[in-house]
Amino acid sequence: MSAERLSSMFAATRERDGTALLPFMTAGLPDPGHAVEMFEAMAAAGADGFEVGIPYSDPLMDGPTIQEGGARALAAGVGLAEGLEIAGRVVARTGLPVLVMTYANVVAQAGPDEFARRAADHGISGVIVADLPLEEAGFIKDAVERAGLGMVLFAAPTTTDARLRLIVDADPAFIYGVAEVGVTGERIEASSRAAELARRVRALTRTPLVMGVGISTPAHASAIAGTADGVIVGSALVRRVLEATSPKEAANSLSEAVAAFRAVL
Amino acid sequence: MKLERPDARGRFGEFGGRFAPETLMPALDELEKAFESAWSDQAFRNELDRLLRDFVGRPTPIFEAERLSARLGVRILLKREDLAHTGAHKINNALGQALLAQRMGKPRIIAETGAGQHGVATATAAALLGLECEVFMGEKDIERQALNVYRMEMLGTKVTAVTSGAGTLKDAVNEAMRDWVGTVENTHYVIGSVVGPHPFPWMVREFQRIIGDESLEQLGDQLPDVVVACVGGGSNAIGMFYPFAGLGVELVGVEAAGEGISTGRHGASLTEGSPGIIHGTRTFLLQDSDGQVQEAHSISAGLDYPGVGPEHAYFQELGLARYVSITDEESLTGVRLLAQTEGIIPALESAHAIAWIEKAAAELAGKTVLVNLSGRGDKDVQQIAEVMR
Repeated sequence: MSAERLSSMFAATRERDGTALLPFMTAGLPDPGHAVEMFEAMAAAGADGFEVGIPYSDPLMDGPTIQEGGARALAAGVGLAEGLEIAGRVVARTGLPVLVMTYANVVAQAGPDEFARRAADHGISGVIVADLPLEEAGFIKDAVERAGLGMVLFAAPTTTDARLRLIVDADPAFIYGVAEVGVTGERIEASSRAAELARRVRALTRTPLVMGVGISTPAHASAIAGTADGVIVGSALVRRVLEATSPKEAANSLSEAVAAFRAVL
Repeated sequence: MKLERPDARGRFGEFGGRFAPETLMPALDELEKAFESAWSDQAFRNELDRLLRDFVGRPTPIFEAERLSARLGVRILLKREDLAHTGAHKINNALGQALLAQRMGKPRIIAETGAGQHGVATATAAALLGLECEVFMGEKDIERQALNVYRMEMLGTKVTAVTSGAGTLKDAVNEAMRDWVGTVENTHYVIGSVVGPHPFPWMVREFQRIIGDESLEQLGDQLPDVVVACVGGGSNAIGMFYPFAGLGVELVGVEAAGEGISTGRHGASLTEGSPGIIHGTRTFLLQDSDGQVQEAHSISAGLDYPGVGPEHAYFQELGLARYVSITDEESLTGVRLLAQTEGIIPALESAHAIAWIEKAAAELAGKTVLVNLSGRGDKDVQQIAEVMR
């Protein structure tokens, strides 16, 4: 099953005492025809897996960069079907575990079972829903797990110990540790809250922990590397694609950035 | 049957809930507890009541619109929320939430605004209580409601233009939510309507039900046949409807039909939308088959919203209220009608309710209709003048 790709990745990462690098990229950037190439470039530069963003009209957990990426992809006609199709081709071409990230209404309108079945058909390993806290997660998490995929749950610096315990008990595929109190987007300083959150999660569970939000430079990633199983880098990569003047330039820029992150993990 | 409060998951039947990023969840829990505690604390209630009386000018009167009644053949009573300080019902909620923020020890409040009325109300409450305040407003709304931008700035509030999406209310809510995700530890989000994740829809309804509670007291045993209010997010409507629900009075919510339902350019989420999730709550919304939220359209910035409060979705499902819609053009007729028969220029939002009475006059003949005149129209005069030209 495709979820096993993800668990094998975490096992291998622990084996080598390293940190997995999971780049985020919105499906359909810089344009639908060149989308898969972006992921291939990142895979060649050392990515361990991917978070593929299915664009949503009202991404309230995302800062300006990923908002713009999503708006551009939507304008190019990338909806759920196209997003899953791109994610599936990324799995086929790279062999790496791929998670899809979206918002609850996209899953709700497709129908959670239908969404999960289609994701499984495309070889997707896991699902991340940015506006789905534990209390509301059931209807999606159950469907995703029935289809043999992993469901990711979030823990934030603001999450209380009591909530953290419930999140751990729900046994997610991994815990997405929100490294900053804030929405996605590049930061100048490394997070001052990430290490404490990682410590609190680690004290409770061996469930894989992947940190994301605000991890913008190899130095930021390096500071977190020892405390988590993986890091997600999003806005810093999406920005490179948005700024590139050609798909080739975008792929080169991503390759360079991912290699720099890889070097410190 | 109407629910005194939503269930433990914040649901009104199948609507409501709490679809928020994890970062906000502890704050929503904290807010729910703080509101529960404040709402059952007589000292808090007394302080709010004092401010509503001496600062806002409550109770707002009910005025019998005799010339309009004669014109339409319907006895029309106006609940004069337009006479509340700052010119609309929004102050009832803004003041309640600002007091609550102060009680929770949060020195900063933020708000979204469409027409600017909620922004002005929040800026006013912030000035009164000495809180720092920032209001997010779509750039399109900043253009059509320039007067309210100046008012907020004069009150010491920072107004931040939102350029994402269509630059209207939906986008302002997104941006306020994003700010809150980053500032939640020292900031309270004074949401302006009965929308958003639990406990907002319930809490805002409780702060707005004073409209209906007061009306019942003022009317005594002379209940109206019909109660009418406009519905964008739905706070003035639920504030008026909730106390009347179950009393055998017909409740009618008027949504924005914009340029006409058939054009697809409207804000009629209850009558034309479908269930889904928007801004943290499960409700009716305008969306495509992929779950992408569609832009709403209305001449009235306050009704230009693709979602609606979850309790309205629940009221519609149970038949506790019925929902209709009125076009931009009809609402302009409503403005003139009330202005010229009663000497009251209503807000474009409230004019939708007036226009519906005119449209349904035959059906309403001989009945008594209580209208929530939710706001005054001064803010809209320039925009109306431009449209008329």
